[in-house]
Amino acid sequence: MRIWPIFKKEMRLYFTSPVAWVVFTIFLLIGGYFFYSIFAFFTQASLQSAMNPQMGRELNVTDSVMRPLFSNISVILLLLMPLVTMRLFAEERRAGTIELLLTYPVRDGAVLAGKYLAALVLYAIMIGLTVLYPAIVVYFARLEWGPVLTGYLGLLLMGATFIAVGVFASSLTENQIVAAITTFGVLLIFWILGWSADYAGGTAGRVLQFLSILEHNDSFSKGVLDTKDILYYVNFTALALFLTLRSLEARRWKG
Amino acid sequence: MIEVDHLTKNYGPVAAIRDVSFSVSPGQIVGFLGPNGAGKSTTMRILSCFMPPSSGAAKVAGYDVFHQSMEVRRRIGYLPENVPLYTDMRVAPYLDFVAEVKGVGRADRRRRVADVMDRCLIADVQNRLIGKLSKGYRQRVGLAQAIVSDPDVLILDEPTIGLDPKQITEIRSLIKSLAGQHTVILSTHILPEVSMVCDAVIIINKGAIVAQGPIDSLVEQFFPTSRIEVEIAGPPPAVRDRIRAIPGVLTVHDQAPANGAARYTVEAARGRDVRAEIFQMAAQQRWDLLELKRVGMTLEEVFIRVVAGEESEEAAVAEVAADGAAS
Repeated sequence: MRIWPIFKKEMRLYFTSPVAWVVFTIFLLIGGYFFYSIFAFFTQASLQSAMNPQMGRELNVTDSVMRPLFSNISVILLLLMPLVTMRLFAEERRAGTIELLLTYPVRDGAVLAGKYLAALVLYAIMIGLTVLYPAIVVYFARLEWGPVLTGYLGLLLMGATFIAVGVFASSLTENQIVAAITTFGVLLIFWILGWSADYAGGTAGRVLQFLSILEHNDSFSKGVLDTKDILYYVNFTALALFLTLRSLEARRWKG
Repeated sequence: MIEVDHLTKNYGPVAAIRDVSFSVSPGQIVGFLGPNGAGKSTTMRILSCFMPPSSGAAKVAGYDVFHQSMEVRRRIGYLPENVPLYTDMRVAPYLDFVAEVKGVGRADRRRRVADVMDRCLIADVQNRLIGKLSKGYRQRVGLAQAIVSDPDVLILDEPTIGLDPKQITEIRSLIKSLAGQHTVILSTHILPEVSMVCDAVIIINKGAIVAQGPIDSLVEQFFPTSRIEVEIAGPPPAVRDRIRAIPGVLTVHDQAPANGAARYTVEAARGRDVRAEIFQMAAQQRWDLLELKRVGMTLEEVFIRVVAGEESEEAAVAEVAADGAAS
């Protein structure tokens, strides 16, 4: 399996083109704004609770800063990740380079793995940069690192799923915009499924709740590692990657 | 080295190629000739393992392109028609990437990439972005990526299309220099290119092979005679009989007489040059010999006959003329 050269090439393309830099900048800008407003709100609440000790007992920096921050970051990712993954196969198809790539002595699976891992590492670097926020928090307050770590694990798993969906959408078309919109649409649908869970109620409600892609991230940021959530992301990712392989093969037959 | 056996590829209800069979021996350069849309690219895509055939089989270097695709891919270098390259990469890192994907070891890679850049005359642009290169340079980078792993078989789809005359000459001599150590199959619709570069030719039309073989024997096969045009001022029946009397002459046709002289088309056995005898005969009879020329039978005539023979011949002549002018 020659994953490494493909991985290197994709990484190089992310960083020699402006894509990686623009995504990092926008992500940190919006993430920073969210962090600032959440932290400022928390500061105000702590100031008020100084006068009202009863209220102070409820205040917890992990729960009131990190948890909402993780959930806000998820929403940015929902918007940004389709733009990171849209290029991977669509551009190769548009430029025709896929014809060379798929005649080199590498299996389709290795091509997919190289591209997927490149996007995943880019993503890991991106959320790695946000460690700055808990680092600032820890300067002012006592932070429980456990839930922060599981929170990041949750983000990583969820991002892995976003990327897998994006790679699949990218393998379906030669138009990057179409790939991005498809990815965004699929992710959004799986997000808003959770909203209707409340109205549906009963078994249907529970099923909808379980399908919701952001819902599963919440327990991670609470510091809970639930196999149900881990399996959800792992299976979702595996399914999307499997479909991508099938789509690559189907394209071969169609020529 | 390449064996193609009753290959057929359907795109939905349309057959791009039908029952194509040919073989190429090691070290040969074979030209794959045909009008646009004849199925050249389809055949090459199957040979390069980009897509599987609908039926039939193809073997490259002894391995089946479908069942042993990885073995085949290790042994080929492929240049697709429109030279798709990563425009955001620089030349040297790109070639290094290709070499690595093709399994050239770390130790060899730097030397191989430098060597291939020298051979393809692209060392001077090695740090430039591929997207900023001219068409000629891109074509050479495409060729460089095909030969960087030193493959046994090269599959080149229209390697000289869109180049200026100087670049075409350079690419052709580069391809010629690959003969012997590599087996090359190259497609083109430029006829003179085939005569210049290739040992043998395969002519394909509407998805089926219509002629194949070494160029000389192909010309002989389709035109077993040599042809001479002669214009003599003399009484036509007498001139005709005199020419016919020359040993080796098979047929004599007269054409429209002009200014009291008549033109004759003389067919003689191939390899027999009757021009000197015609001159002697005319001098003896004291007839004025106004014109005497040999009409060369080239690949072009073969191509026109097999490809466009049944349909409009003029259109094909025009296309060939245009291609000839373009090359």
